[in-house]
Amino acid sequence: MNYYHITSQLPYTEPFLFVDELIEVYENGVVGTYSFSEDSYFYKGHFKNAPVTPGVMLTECCAQIGVVCLGIHLLQKEGDFTPNGMQIGMSSTQMEFLLPVKPNEKVTVTSEKIYFRFNKLKCSVKMHNSDGKLVCKGEISGMFKADVHA
Amino acid sequence: MNEEIKYNKLKAIIKVYLPDDVSVDAITLHSNFISELNINSANLVDIVLDVEDEFDIMLENDDMDKMQTVQDALTIIDAKLEAK
Repeated sequence: MNYYHITSQLPYTEPFLFVDELIEVYENGVVGTYSFSEDSYFYKGHFKNAPVTPGVMLTECCAQIGVVCLGIHLLQKEGDFTPNGMQIGMSSTQMEFLLPVKPNEKVTVTSEKIYFRFNKLKCSVKMHNSDGKLVCKGEISGMFKADVHA
Repeated sequence: MNEEIKYNKLKAIIKVYLPDDVSVDAITLHSNFISELNINSANLVDIVLDVEDEFDIMLENDDMDKMQTVQDALTIIDAKLEAK
């Protein structure tokens, strides 16, 4: 299934879009993938001559696939989604990092909804590498607000 | 459940979400959650969810909009307990 109606509404663009494809989206969760291109700007500095994907980028990837894509889906289902008129903000993260992600690695993010109440979406997220090994896991929350001025 | 017990239960919930620079003593009936206790909207949601668990009630979006102060929260809790 093509989830263009969700991915096309993501408020990000290069070099800060970390969603390639959504594999599965349902009421209680989402699965999606992203490949970290070796050309990404942060590899030049993290680390000097030893490129490894920074944890904040892994967290951002988990948040974009796991929380923002799921949030857009849930709001669209409720009829509360206003294209180009969403304000979103990450409100808390709690992550553990278990394995490094090298340039050009493809990762799969699996997210499960803990709750979506009063515009706050809290999810349990996991990221696996192409060997199926757990790379990082944690909990991420975000707030979604329809922009009344849009 | 008398008012004081309810108030103390609510205070115990709020306490968890107070920022470091706001003390528990700052909580009064008239305290505004956001502008006076410096609780952000994301944590206000957590307070509501904890209130729901503690008092075994369910709040709606309307209730959330009305919940500006500690007294507002107690009024909503009372109304929900009454309606049970």
